[in-house]
Amino acid sequence: MQAVPSESAALATYPAEVRQQLFQYVLQLADTSLILGHRLSEWCGHGPILEQDLAMANIALDLLGETRSLYQYAAELEGLGRTEDDLAYLRAAVEYRNPLLVEQPNGDFAHTIVRQFLFDNFHYPFLQQLKSSPDERLAGIAEKAVKEAAYHLKWSSEWIIRLGDGTPESRQRVEKAIASLWRYAAELTTPTTAEKALQAACIIPDYATLQPAMAAHLAHVLEEATLPTPPASTFALAGGKQGRHSEHLGYILTELQYVQRAYPGLTW
Amino acid sequence: MVATALTEARVWELLDEVLDPEVPVLSILDLGIVRGVRVADGQVTVDITPTYSGCPAMNTIATDIRLRLLAEGIANVTIHNQLSPAWTTDWMTPAGRQKLQAYGIAPPVDGTATGHVLNLFGQDTAVRCPQCQSDNTRLVSQFGSTACKASYQCNDCYEPFDYFKCH
Repeated sequence: MQAVPSESAALATYPAEVRQQLFQYVLQLADTSLILGHRLSEWCGHGPILEQDLAMANIALDLLGETRSLYQYAAELEGLGRTEDDLAYLRAAVEYRNPLLVEQPNGDFAHTIVRQFLFDNFHYPFLQQLKSSPDERLAGIAEKAVKEAAYHLKWSSEWIIRLGDGTPESRQRVEKAIASLWRYAAELTTPTTAEKALQAACIIPDYATLQPAMAAHLAHVLEEATLPTPPASTFALAGGKQGRHSEHLGYILTELQYVQRAYPGLTW
Repeated sequence: MVATALTEARVWELLDEVLDPEVPVLSILDLGIVRGVRVADGQVTVDITPTYSGCPAMNTIATDIRLRLLAEGIANVTIHNQLSPAWTTDWMTPAGRQKLQAYGIAPPVDGTATGHVLNLFGQDTAVRCPQCQSDNTRLVSQFGSTACKASYQCNDCYEPFDYFKCH
């Protein structure tokens, strides 16, 4: 009964190698939105106040919608008959391609906000550029998601400011979260081999071109929050985009994939 | 017999009877999510676009479209889910806006669908309270009971209300 996605005329025209790189890349984007959306959905019913509980559930839903569009496209690119459900529910942790940042546990509210802000500050300018991709499917998904990502960035930016320029307690918590999560931020803009190839082919944005907007917004928000700028030389933790994950991802997948593994082939 | 007489105009009329499952005073035409209808050789194609990427109502809407057309004997229906151009509240009809207001949901402020979003701590101006019609209202949260709504409160009558936010 589901509506069928419109077909991509360009699909057949990619050389096999590019198509494989694009598959890996679209999978990486989908995994990233899925895992972050799952983390946010863990807050549902546990948020500090009702409105923010709803906000996190709303953002999770936006990310899940983006995830579905991406998995549907990835499944078509792969062309082996796997579906969006197979890609989400029947892959092991080492096959997931999300950066480490998004699988980090929620911690306290400040920790969740900092994780979200670091992601949103990449996601929004990234989607703005991806809208212009010559790949019509990616451009269409980005055109849709960028409007939602703008609301996400506004939300997480405002909370960084409230917490940083808030009470001694909120400030201490947000500082601790930045100290803990900053080391994961660089992975977002460090391209993998597939990303480099797709950037060279001008199919996806060159991350270097995102840096000015990202740095400017980060500086603006931290200044408003009266928070210090994290040191540029921090040791970066990475590897998620190559399938080398922290122990947290296995626990997420255990919960996320439970029903499909308990009842193989189940559909709605 | 029915299929041979079928016109696109008739399909549009039928689609205007399909209601949004989350805001059941709006038809899917009021909402602006039907982007195209084609009728050829008894085959009907309907293009729909989601309001938000994760809109959970899309499958229900697709089913409701099929059921409404089936009730007229139209069984050969394809529904295309189209992402681009992305839906905007500017596509909501004037009639739809009036129905929302009467239902107790403030309609999107016209023509402000873009450009305001990263104005930190800013809010859409002139969001009118659907209860007492006061413009003296405040944003409670950019996120509300569904993906397409924000939470507002009236500073005059103090009623909390949903605002169908600009997008």
